[in-house]
Amino acid sequence: MSLVPVWGEGFPPPEPQRVPSVLHLVGNTPLLELTKVTAGISSRVRVFAKLEGFNPGGSVKDRPALKMVAEGLRSGLLAPGKTILDSTSGNTGIALALVGAVLGYPVELVIPANVSIERKKIIAAYGARMIFSSPLEGSDGAIRLCRQILHESPERYFKPDQYFNEANPQSHYETTGPEIWVQTQGKITHLVAGIGTGGTIMGTGRYLKEKNPQVQVLAVEPDDAFHGLEGLKHMASSIIPGIYHEKELDGKIPVSTESAYDAVYRLGREEGVLVGQSSGAAIWAALKVARTLEEGVVVTLFPDFGDKYLSTNLWVGWKEFEKKQQRL
Amino acid sequence: MSVHVRIPTPLRRFTGGAEEVSADGATVAALVEDLERNHPGLKERICDEGGKVRRFVNIFVNGDDIRFLNNLETVIKAGDEVSIVPAIAGG
Repeated sequence: MSLVPVWGEGFPPPEPQRVPSVLHLVGNTPLLELTKVTAGISSRVRVFAKLEGFNPGGSVKDRPALKMVAEGLRSGLLAPGKTILDSTSGNTGIALALVGAVLGYPVELVIPANVSIERKKIIAAYGARMIFSSPLEGSDGAIRLCRQILHESPERYFKPDQYFNEANPQSHYETTGPEIWVQTQGKITHLVAGIGTGGTIMGTGRYLKEKNPQVQVLAVEPDDAFHGLEGLKHMASSIIPGIYHEKELDGKIPVSTESAYDAVYRLGREEGVLVGQSSGAAIWAALKVARTLEEGVVVTLFPDFGDKYLSTNLWVGWKEFEKKQQRL
Repeated sequence: MSVHVRIPTPLRRFTGGAEEVSADGATVAALVEDLERNHPGLKERICDEGGKVRRFVNIFVNGDDIRFLNNLETVIKAGDEVSIVPAIAGG
């Protein structure tokens, strides 16, 4: 198919959506075929990325946030007078803040103090309150501080508890998985996705394996406990989320921070897609898998777009990268 | 001259679990060398093969990012507090 859409031939889509609330825009994200960064890969291997940045809160986390809050309302654990409280490295915080704003519930988020300034500003714009945990202790420090806050006044809060709430993977089982199945006409052979809470890979993988047990489910994780892949968790050195079951995976692919950053730069320049570092790690791993195949359909997820990271270290190396390019 | 260096959780396996260690050095670069002498493995995590601070690592001196000071040549004074801060993990 031509890279340039032809007006009138299914483009733009004939009926733009009309929705009763912004929450109705969660999910149904596009699947983009990558054709430039795949140079050198077998012509019978196709690589796709699901662009989760198209969710209204700007990330894949809108899916679990909406599902966890909806389950809270259904079960009665979340009721008027309660505040939504959770620990997050940022994107779940943005998603919960958005959902809370629409439904009229106050939201408090425990966040490592060193999350990007863009994330803090977005959360503040949705009217949520932030409590900052030690930047030295990362997201596990936020998890511990959040538990302490809940322990001190449990009656005040509804804690979705994204690391331990089965509604998190369930949201992907019900939406992300079926969407990918339909978007690839059931032809997906490999799912490659990062581990943040584990929700995406567990729920999506579970659905896809039910449809076709041959689908390989591969997780992407930082290659070291000390890394710069904001949003991804190095499981061996972290508090293991209760929703994460490694035995359901077919394998894990370690990615270095530098490789992931370089992949982000390539995606921007070659595919016109500006994403965050976790997406860089995802495509690096997806391409590694694709290179080993003669034939297949590899699908990865880009958890968000890159505008939230322009102030972070991801772009500190940009000048060096430009210089390197000029030398080539 | 000795200063306190705050160590992030993922690097505490090199400091015997200590959240804070003492190190000597007139600049951040010298401090990193001293950290490596007493806690082998730390420098490789902080700096790349070329000796530069890795792109994802932030080092703060009294709360200021050394990238906006004088990078590895930032001068250290007695009583300064140095922190090594990585990115944030998952969720």
